[in-house]
Amino acid sequence: MPDRDYDVVVIGAGPAGLAAACRAAESGRRVALLDDNPHPGGQIWRAAAGKPPKEAARWLAAAERHAVEFIPGACVFDVPEPRRIAVEMFDAECRLGYGSLILATGARERFLPFPGWTLPNVVGAGGLQALAKSGLPVAGKRIVIAGSGPLLLAVARYLRTHGAQVPLVAEQAPLSALLRFGVQLARHPAKLLQAMAFFGSRYLTSCWPVSAQGSERLESVTLRRGARTWTEPCDYLACGFGLIPNLELAELVGCRTWEGGVHVDEYQQTSVEGVYAVGEATGIGGVELSIVEGEIAGYAAGGNTARATALFPARQQHRRFAAALDTAFALRDELRTLPQPGTLVCRCEDVAMERVRACASWREAKLHTRCGMGPCQGRVCGGAIEFLLGWQTESVRPPVFPARIGSIAH
Amino acid sequence: MPDSLTLSVNGAPITVPAGATVSAAIALAGVTLYRRSVTGEPRAPLCGMGICFECSVTIDGRAHCRSCQVVCQPGMEVRTDA
Repeated sequence: MPDRDYDVVVIGAGPAGLAAACRAAESGRRVALLDDNPHPGGQIWRAAAGKPPKEAARWLAAAERHAVEFIPGACVFDVPEPRRIAVEMFDAECRLGYGSLILATGARERFLPFPGWTLPNVVGAGGLQALAKSGLPVAGKRIVIAGSGPLLLAVARYLRTHGAQVPLVAEQAPLSALLRFGVQLARHPAKLLQAMAFFGSRYLTSCWPVSAQGSERLESVTLRRGARTWTEPCDYLACGFGLIPNLELAELVGCRTWEGGVHVDEYQQTSVEGVYAVGEATGIGGVELSIVEGEIAGYAAGGNTARATALFPARQQHRRFAAALDTAFALRDELRTLPQPGTLVCRCEDVAMERVRACASWREAKLHTRCGMGPCQGRVCGGAIEFLLGWQTESVRPPVFPARIGSIAH
Repeated sequence: MPDSLTLSVNGAPITVPAGATVSAAIALAGVTLYRRSVTGEPRAPLCGMGICFECSVTIDGRAHCRSCQVVCQPGMEVRTDA
């Protein structure tokens, strides 16, 4: 693919990135929209069998109408010079120049280590949904869902609709916190409808997995709730402890982060001029907040500040919801005792908890144990260690994704 | 576009719905081990979204491809670790 220049490059084609690309293109800018995935939609609007969900249709149509250039399967691995990104595809590589950059890099699941969590068929909650949407068969499978957050319910509903048995959903947060959150939900009718659409499976609060068993793959999961501990046989354990923003690219560009998200001004511009951040990358807030942030940044990058400003009140309303979500699903202290001394924390380099604990910092753990030095570059163990030991990961370096020598030398 | 296509997983042909990823094709072929870790443990997809690299396999001779991010093509040759 040849090197090219655009007025606006948007990285991430989820709700925030799609909205940003559409609004910038509608304002007359030449826009490229990149995503690492083969289809647009991000995680929440992930296409099932190549077909996007209806909520995404409006934005996909607008993107086409305004000639947004969609580049799928594009992994951005470096920013080799100001206003230029390095991109790798399955069988090509290129450099793209931009006037404005909009980072809509979304979030990933937070995984916490417990004995047996590395077995095949222990999967993320959103992870299993993503795999099912891309063709992994779940019909007739017995699937235990565990972890934390409203995503667990959405995943339960999706898997049951597609023929899976979901005997129970284990939510680590206490019922009291969820009831307070329910009161907040009542002010957000769309969210309340989403929550109410879930019926059927047992939904156990203050409940979490303590171990997974199996030889070459998962056979059962052991759960704890109060004084009770029991084992459930299952084909899959779908387990995620909330979401964490993908900040690697923002950090590589030099954007300041604050309280776990990219710090932005009222127009969603980061501390780096001409670079915007939208959606979950600025802090976990859900799809409605992501869309409105994307629209604001798209209009701002398109020079359409009046349109951007008009959306500030809507954004404020959705931010209140995000704050309520954060409080309700805060992770409990007991989860810090899940990993045993021999439990692997870093799955790329197979580093056990006792070796990480013997270090004083993330940096020391990297140097002495290779924790976080494998292909995922700490994306999995970093989120766990941040919660377990309170360490912040530090200093991203290019390439932020493993890249071919040919792509780096391009 | 046809509704399905055929590729091979560890030398055995498997027919999958159009649009399926290589991760899905491997599961449809009944294979649960995608790769062995550095100490030889069996591993399979974790994140489903291109972050964790646990689903890495060899596709058409190219090693370390994230199978969850690659859409199946007719005739593709996929190899997992054994």
